[in-house]
Amino acid sequence: MNAPFEGIGASVRRKEDLRFISGRGNYTDDINRPHQTYMVIKRSDRPHAKIISIDTSVAMAAPGVVAIYTGDDFANIGGLPCGWQIHNKDGSPMAEPKHPVIAHGKVRHVGDPIAVVIAETKQQARNAAELLEINLEDLPGVATTTDALKPGATLIHDEAAGNVCYDWHLGDADAVAAAFKSAHKVVTLDLENNRLIPNAMEPRVALGDYDRHTGDYTLYTTSQNPHVIRLLMGAFVLGLPEHKLRVVAPDVGGGFGSKIYHYAEEAIVTWAAGKLGRPVKWTADRSESFMSDAHGRDHVSTAQMAVDASGKFLALKVHTVANMGAYLSTFAPAVPTYLYATLLAGTYTTPVIYVEVKAVFTNTVPVDAYRGAGRPEATFLIERLVDAVALDTGIDKIELRRKNFIPIDAFPYQTPVALQYDSGNYFATLDAAMKAADYNGFPARKAAAAAKGKLRGIGVSTYLEACGIAPSKVVGSLGARAGLYEVANIRVHPTGSVTVFTGTHSHGQGHETTMAQLVTDQLGVPFSQVDIVHGDTSKIPFGMGTYGSRSLAVGGSAMVKAMDKIIAKGKKIAAHLLEASPEDIEFKNGNFSVAGTDRSKSFGEIALTAYVPHNYPIETVEPGLDETAFYDPMNFTFPGGCHICEVEIDPETGVTSIINFNAVDDVGRVINPMIVEGQVQGGVAQGIGQALMENAAYDASGQLLSGSFMDYTMPRADDLVNITVGTENTMCTHNPLGSKGCGEVGAIGSPPAVINAICDALKIRHMNMPATAEKVWSIINGRSAG
Amino acid sequence: MPQVTLTVNGKSASVDVEARTLLVELLREKLGMTGTHVGCDTSQCGACVVHVDGVSVKSCTMLAVQAEGTSVTTIEGIAAADGTLHPMQEMFREHHALQCGFCTPGMVMSAIDLVNSNPQGLSQDEIRHGLEGNLCRCTGYHNIVKAIDAAQGIMHAPAAE
Repeated sequence: MNAPFEGIGASVRRKEDLRFISGRGNYTDDINRPHQTYMVIKRSDRPHAKIISIDTSVAMAAPGVVAIYTGDDFANIGGLPCGWQIHNKDGSPMAEPKHPVIAHGKVRHVGDPIAVVIAETKQQARNAAELLEINLEDLPGVATTTDALKPGATLIHDEAAGNVCYDWHLGDADAVAAAFKSAHKVVTLDLENNRLIPNAMEPRVALGDYDRHTGDYTLYTTSQNPHVIRLLMGAFVLGLPEHKLRVVAPDVGGGFGSKIYHYAEEAIVTWAAGKLGRPVKWTADRSESFMSDAHGRDHVSTAQMAVDASGKFLALKVHTVANMGAYLSTFAPAVPTYLYATLLAGTYTTPVIYVEVKAVFTNTVPVDAYRGAGRPEATFLIERLVDAVALDTGIDKIELRRKNFIPIDAFPYQTPVALQYDSGNYFATLDAAMKAADYNGFPARKAAAAAKGKLRGIGVSTYLEACGIAPSKVVGSLGARAGLYEVANIRVHPTGSVTVFTGTHSHGQGHETTMAQLVTDQLGVPFSQVDIVHGDTSKIPFGMGTYGSRSLAVGGSAMVKAMDKIIAKGKKIAAHLLEASPEDIEFKNGNFSVAGTDRSKSFGEIALTAYVPHNYPIETVEPGLDETAFYDPMNFTFPGGCHICEVEIDPETGVTSIINFNAVDDVGRVINPMIVEGQVQGGVAQGIGQALMENAAYDASGQLLSGSFMDYTMPRADDLVNITVGTENTMCTHNPLGSKGCGEVGAIGSPPAVINAICDALKIRHMNMPATAEKVWSIINGRSAG
Repeated sequence: MPQVTLTVNGKSASVDVEARTLLVELLREKLGMTGTHVGCDTSQCGACVVHVDGVSVKSCTMLAVQAEGTSVTTIEGIAAADGTLHPMQEMFREHHALQCGFCTPGMVMSAIDLVNSNPQGLSQDEIRHGLEGNLCRCTGYHNIVKAIDAAQGIMHAPAAE
């Protein structure tokens, strides 16, 4: 009987599932330490206020209270660091006001921590927090960037005049102005990208522990990148060296970006555990998640496309105002700049582009990367603008796209906004998606729907994105305060089984399966004999974690590099055993053999020999079979594709139903098709959520109105339909796997496909997201222009 | 402090609890059964669903003292004694109906009750409506619906002769 194929390309069922479906997952809140205390945070319910006084005396005397800390206790401790510095048009650095661990002097958003209460039980901490006497003096608050930029608007930070964080630009303003002058037509569109709340199903948790014997700290936290947290918190906030600080991110229940950042609670529990000599645990309520997890999106833009008489794009000009919230979250400044403006060429040959981006502070929760991060905002802008061009010029929207696509033979393609795309075929993904969606049959379906009094529309999005942000040297020159390589340690055990220690982190992506398949493919070791370890700084050499769809393209490439070293060493050992020259040894299907002969040694025999080196080339080869590689990519990867959405609107109610959703994505080499399909479906669901229902709502002063699942609409099973996924792959040309990344394509490509379909159904030029029933009904009934 | 006596996954337990203790807190904190999760504080997400006397209940919305004398089944208790997975667990794995796994225990427990309560069988559309009390942020539900559809076929199959 042949063993089942479990290498590259097999939809192997996931290793991690057995523990998750049996209730044996190990999430951070499942971890408890002896003599543990519980922390509850008193958060601001005001958007903007001066802290006049905090009286902790009554609360301190309450039963079970161990300690209470306020901003005064952290006044001399570093603020939460920002990992990316953007420079203004004039070359000066962005405004970077301190982000105190606990608010000091002022609160700047609903949810800003004012004090923490640590007690023997969670209930006691909660009771005592109610006894804190906090005297705040309200200041005027602002929620929108429009209000924050008005003359005389309340000043959120003394360091940020006019509430501006930075005023940045990219591209050639003069060339764009010249092209606009001579253009046949300039099409203008004003649009907003609605603010979202990520809402991973697992709320954030942080548990700090301190070992009095060794002076070592351990932080268990819901993080996508434990090494990054160790570096940021250790070096910039608490002043703890890495060798005294271990960060563990065990099973993590979804991240979508929101668990990348270093959050205040992580620093507080770690610091307090040292002070108290006892473990301190904090578990977020969902209400706290809404007001303390970094939000996403929130752009207001004007986009203009100059076209010639044939519809060829001549120049693009974009002006965007991006909401940073009250403080700079870890990677916030990079999102509306290097993850957004650089993507504005999209899949098109637009020869000149100029983008201006103003980032603004408001009295809202900090905004940072959320699934897609900058790229969904760019894609929504481009793909909506292209439909507006089609409408204004009368050119069919498919023909207009084909006319402007980057030709297949133009790769590598240099865009006017810094990026160089290595590969892609936008014609192939468009054709495949149109076929899957039966695009040509749409008029008949529309007519049938019309006969029933329903409005049908079809929308297309031919998007592109950039993943695996790199190389370190380039991102460093653009303001990143970190490298963006990845690390893999491949440990071959004496009996030939393998443990991989990866610096990436899996919080739903299925790395324990995909990465094991990669080992099976490269080393010929059975899938069951491979374990993937992630999420513990005490086990893994280093790592930058998981975000930006980087784990396979960057982390998988590091694994390939490390496995190449394993194979090279194995060849030397095999050559010795087989009395041949290492150059004559071939490695294939798990066997080292002398080329052209039947003399061979299995991978397991070589592993055993490496650890029991009796007959061994000891003078030239060290014992053991354990290799580490750091991989720093040469470029981003560029997944792209086509999403087609068909909607039906009930004009009586304004309710939009998704009828069909077809995605055809080019994600490069696919290791596990089942997992890729699942990633795309999940991303599309979040994109449909943004397009139809999700919205982080604030009142004008900065009071959060959508602070629970009762008023922030999450997509549920009956809001969605089956999402059909296909792939048409071109290989990434600069990494050893050819993989591009699949985690974010769904959330990036889908929102404009949905809104384009709704605009098509309603015969309107534009509407902003979310397309709620109320908004759609108002448009149909002439109460709103959209 | 009131005492609660109940059966959890076939084993009887007597626990002293504060009167305000929720059933999910009893399970997670007093009995160490951390398979049942808490994903919200407004009874919206369904991550905490367990069966109380065979019926699905959001255990964040029931006081521990209300469970006095009941038989509670959690995700840890649905596989057979020999470790054979429940068909719903098996189909969730087979159809890749989970990613991060956090909503999964509640989703599986809801789905079992949904299928048991509908011996006539459910259409995919009815399955979608039947899941409206459970949120998943990872999968887009597509594969969850497929898994439940497949599991109902096994669960309703006539026992082998």
